[in-house]
Amino acid sequence: MLFLTGVCTLIAVSVLFFILGYLFQKGGRSLSWHFFTNLPAPTGETGGGMANAILGSGQVLALATCIGVPIGFTAGVYLAEYSGAAFASIVRFMTDLLNGVPSIVVGVVTYTLVVLKTGTGPLAGGIALGIMMIPIAVRSTEEFLRAVPNSLREGAMALGASHWKTIVTVVIPAAIRGILSGMMLNLARVAGETAPLLLTAGLSMYWNHGWSQPVATLPVMIYTDAIGPQQDLHQQAWAAGFVLLCLVLLVNVLARTVISRGIHKPR
Amino acid sequence: MVSSATVASGIRPQGRMLSYLSRLKTGDEIARLIALTAASAIVAITLLLVWNLWTVSAPTRAKFGWSFLLARIWDTNTDQYGALPYIYGTTLTSLLALVIAIPLGVGAAIFLAELAPPRISDAFTFLIELLAAVPSVVFGLIGIFMLVPILESSVVPPLKKSLSFLPFFTGPFYGVSIFTASIVLSLMIVPFIISVSREVLLAVPRDLREAALAVGATKWESTWQVVVPFARSGIFGSIFLALARALGETMAVTMVIGNTPNIKATLLAPGYSIAAKIANEFGEARGMVLSALVELGLVLFALTIVINGAARLLILMTTAKGTQQ
Repeated sequence: MLFLTGVCTLIAVSVLFFILGYLFQKGGRSLSWHFFTNLPAPTGETGGGMANAILGSGQVLALATCIGVPIGFTAGVYLAEYSGAAFASIVRFMTDLLNGVPSIVVGVVTYTLVVLKTGTGPLAGGIALGIMMIPIAVRSTEEFLRAVPNSLREGAMALGASHWKTIVTVVIPAAIRGILSGMMLNLARVAGETAPLLLTAGLSMYWNHGWSQPVATLPVMIYTDAIGPQQDLHQQAWAAGFVLLCLVLLVNVLARTVISRGIHKPR
Repeated sequence: MVSSATVASGIRPQGRMLSYLSRLKTGDEIARLIALTAASAIVAITLLLVWNLWTVSAPTRAKFGWSFLLARIWDTNTDQYGALPYIYGTTLTSLLALVIAIPLGVGAAIFLAELAPPRISDAFTFLIELLAAVPSVVFGLIGIFMLVPILESSVVPPLKKSLSFLPFFTGPFYGVSIFTASIVLSLMIVPFIISVSREVLLAVPRDLREAALAVGATKWESTWQVVVPFARSGIFGSIFLALARALGETMAVTMVIGNTPNIKATLLAPGYSIAAKIANEFGEARGMVLSALVELGLVLFALTIVINGAARLLILMTTAKGTQQ
């Protein structure tokens, strides 16, 4: 029986290497300078790339970070440093609720609230992804702020610092590495989300022009290319999938090893 | 002195109000208000989300009531909307995914928590958490182009031959099906079961294991009959969490489930899930169609909320038990 559990573990771990290997083998082939600089080619032509999708994803993620991180971080500070018990539990409950919303439902709500008024584009996509970033930002900020020992706070106050100054100059810097790694993991997770972008960011074969024009994003392009009938588009999908996977895994590894080195996640 | 920040009505600020205004100038209060605003924004966003789902789905809710959940026909031309095939597809794929993922995940968690040396355990857990970070489109790619051919050629024919007396493996197999979707989903949710189960198993107090070994149990007996039952509610919690994740999964499922609103006993037939339906049909949705799709989203939301709530409760119960010792 013990041996069986080891087999289960090996199966689980090997899936990751399997996926990486397969994507490398199928997608690595089409990677070239053209992939990163060209627009998608018209049907039938070869040599297309995903430059617009990469830039579009960057645009959407930048907006999502600008929405999700400030709200999440500040709310995390509130929960860790300021709040009384009653309101804190309401906020935590709502954060957990928001965290549990399936990504497609976030897309649906953003569609009805934003897209029906402004059209699909990076604005709507960024708002949808930003909403998804908030709960995890809150949770990781609060967790790492709480892990800072009280003695640091008391020491700063004993030296005469006001409450907010203590938080800004002592507590946050002490927790900053953990918070940063949490934000990186958050970004990596949201970078791979396709469903909300399908509904809010639209699709485009050209460079993006504005905040309310349909924009190409990497995950949506992968999906669209993969389900279409053309073989060379499938090839594009593999290559883009490989790029996306590498980026996501790279950010994850960086966040978990380099940034959090020495930090034990508070239980 | 009374500050020159005047109160609109011109009444001199007294006592508490006076000290509040002066506190406002020190920066502490402003910082607190900023933080409070952010926290309130979250509450507001969540409430807005729920309210939006509720109101946009109002037309179909008023028209169909509870029969929306039981009707089978979804026809935009006659404005008949029924969610049953999609609810069926979602729950079936998620439950099947659990059937595959639970033995695999709990087994791996037991190995990592009880048997593996700490460094191997940490290394493998790291790799499994990386697996959890893989985007779902990538799983979808693997599903369509890799899993489907393998199932078609080497897995389903033997299954059909040997298990054809069961109604689950009959009928034609086109590659995309409930079965395929369940397999892909199980790979996606296994990391969640493993990481949470491993943590709850590690939280079981050492004395219990040592006590079992001291009365002569083998390693396996001590693990399976003492440690795992103690952590049982936490493991169930991890299963519920994985279920919630599986219910909401959109992209990988859309790519391999076949997108056909069937309700059949056989797993080899294509099916449809709630999330897939929403993703596929949202494009030009207006009016009643939009309302029906949003109501589907509301159903999915309600499902995941209930399951997530149950999961948190169960995990809380285990960690509370562990610290009581």
